[in-house]
Amino acid sequence: MPQTLTQLLDGSVLAMPIAAGLIMGMLTVNVLMLVWAERKVSAWIQMRMGPTEVGPFGLLQTLADMLKLISKQLITPSNVDKPLYHLAPLLAFAPVVAAVALFPFSESTILVQNDYGLLFVFAFGGIAVIAIFMAGWGSNNKYALLGAIRSVAQNISYEVPLILSALSVVLVVNAMGPTLSSGDGVVAINGLDLSHIVMTQDQQGIWFVVLQPIAAIIYFISALAETNRAPFDIPEAESELVAGFHTEYSGMRFSLFFFAEYTNMLIVSMLAVVLFFGGWDGPVLPGPAWFFLKSYAVIFVMMWVRWTFPRLRFDQLMTFCWKVLIPLSILNLLATAFVIAVL
Amino acid sequence: MSSDSQASEGEVYSLNMGPQHPSMHGVLRLLLDLRGEEVIRAKPVIGYSHRAHEKMAENRNTLQFLPNTSRVDYLSGMIYNLGYCQAIEKLLGIDVPERAIYIRVIVNELNRIASHLLWFGTFLLDLGGITPFLYSFDDREEILDILDQVTGSRLTYCYGRFGGVTWDVDETFLTRATAFLARIRERLHMYKQLVTDNVILRERCTGVGVVSEALAKSYGVTGPSLRASGVAYDVRKAEPYGGYDRFDFEVPVLHEGDTMARFHIRIREIEESCKIIEQAIEAIPEGEILPKKMPKRFKLPEGEYYFAVESARGHFGMYIVGDGSDIPVKLKLRTPSFSNLSAMPETLAGTMLADTIAIVGSIDVVMPEIDR
Repeated sequence: MPQTLTQLLDGSVLAMPIAAGLIMGMLTVNVLMLVWAERKVSAWIQMRMGPTEVGPFGLLQTLADMLKLISKQLITPSNVDKPLYHLAPLLAFAPVVAAVALFPFSESTILVQNDYGLLFVFAFGGIAVIAIFMAGWGSNNKYALLGAIRSVAQNISYEVPLILSALSVVLVVNAMGPTLSSGDGVVAINGLDLSHIVMTQDQQGIWFVVLQPIAAIIYFISALAETNRAPFDIPEAESELVAGFHTEYSGMRFSLFFFAEYTNMLIVSMLAVVLFFGGWDGPVLPGPAWFFLKSYAVIFVMMWVRWTFPRLRFDQLMTFCWKVLIPLSILNLLATAFVIAVL
Repeated sequence: MSSDSQASEGEVYSLNMGPQHPSMHGVLRLLLDLRGEEVIRAKPVIGYSHRAHEKMAENRNTLQFLPNTSRVDYLSGMIYNLGYCQAIEKLLGIDVPERAIYIRVIVNELNRIASHLLWFGTFLLDLGGITPFLYSFDDREEILDILDQVTGSRLTYCYGRFGGVTWDVDETFLTRATAFLARIRERLHMYKQLVTDNVILRERCTGVGVVSEALAKSYGVTGPSLRASGVAYDVRKAEPYGGYDRFDFEVPVLHEGDTMARFHIRIREIEESCKIIEQAIEAIPEGEILPKKMPKRFKLPEGEYYFAVESARGHFGMYIVGDGSDIPVKLKLRTPSFSNLSAMPETLAGTMLADTIAIVGSIDVVMPEIDR
């Protein structure tokens, strides 16, 4: 009996705490694993060992690091803008957690079913920019402010090609027919519903990366910029800006930013899987397993890119976005619309 | 232009970079006046690593000063150490045995490669590429191992003696050096494919931080930074010392004067150094490594003397004033990084903040060498 978790818990007083606990638990484990994986992948690329001491294969190293960060004193530098400085880590942290809840891990494993899931994911991503700017402005530090300025410009610019490339997928989904047979019967197709996007790929037997290769590439590049990953890690370019917007943060406040950054990686990867790689679709293994396998494969490519390329300059980054990516994604969107209209 | 600068006068702010900053090599401090991300004025502040080497030279005899020399520039310490020996030898007319000449050339060039490799890694680190750093350090480690085997130190060598070198090299050393040449050539091929041909690197470096020939000459810029600006000046060719005139090698010159040119020059210098080492290993004769007859005390004749060698960073000169005793009245060290850095304020003005890091990285400054 396919049922979303929301439906299972519907009416129960415990619904909210259980859902929140599930997400937090999953995300904490995910971040710990991702940090470990990043260190191992970078070590592998750089001919090093990576963490080996704590736990098998150094798996518990990040847990130890997290405990250290939690137990550290929270330092508030003098002359910071206190409300902004204190709120920023929380504001960076909350929306990414909320965004994860929207994803369909399989046909029946959806924490929060929302007809406009895609829009909500992008909206939550947009809030992170405000948090970064609050952190940079509130820190009363020139490096932090420079990092924040860069970050705002970069994130706002790269959201445009990111959303445009996702929109071409939405167009394709909507063109696949007026209705879609789901577990509950036949429903009206809705390209903004994340699970509908996956189900369409499932039923058509084709991943959208085949139908929309240009959109997939634009999405991936923009996603790197959106998550401030190398070669677009300009907001926190350590060789220029020390640590960018979170220069003045330490202890748990820093780890909240860190947590948000790595969860953001998971979100853009999961969205890439939903939009282009068929979501939970796959043989033998259960849906969620495929979903996470694919997501981590995308994350691996992101890490691979990070440890291979040098960093772009800020103006080059903006030029690349406005003069290459955005025109290209608009062209792609128009071409998609044209093809759909002709067919 | 004046109205433009007046209009945005209020927007200029200053940013202090260093001496503790992740990409200020050593303890360089840059005071930057910025408008947004554009650098209006850059002012290097030096002196955070001053150890008074020149003063120390005035308080000890010439031999006692020998260990100090490699501490001046710890990245090409061998060249400084042997350069000092060569200066004293020329002054006192000491003949160096053939075998020692070849050993010196080999270790000098190995040290030059090690220095350039370190620069390669840290420069790319400045550009945000972390991985090449570990690869180049892996290569450099091999050189340090080879030099460690013969000198007993990894960085601050005191291998030279007036008239020769401390210890003789054995077959293992020569075999390892030959094996290293094969390895570095393979690696250089990989670096070319992965780093030099990378489009982001080219975008970041081409046309950035142009040091014109006139500017370079007026500030006394030397070494790879000068050769990238179109002047074929290399002390090894211009005033051959230490037997460099016996070897067949080229002085690579480029005319662009930008960061990319400086990058190419250093990579090609590694190749040229490989060629020199190869020839030296082939031709190294058997024999003594120190002259049979040596003076007991190295008394400096009265007068002023100047001797220069080509370090990994450029023209390293020693100006010695002697008064007949074995303690110099004055030993002035002309270090290349100081002059190279002097050209920076003019080069940096008008660039972006990110370029500042790249340009300062590309001239390869070693702060202890500037401060001495």
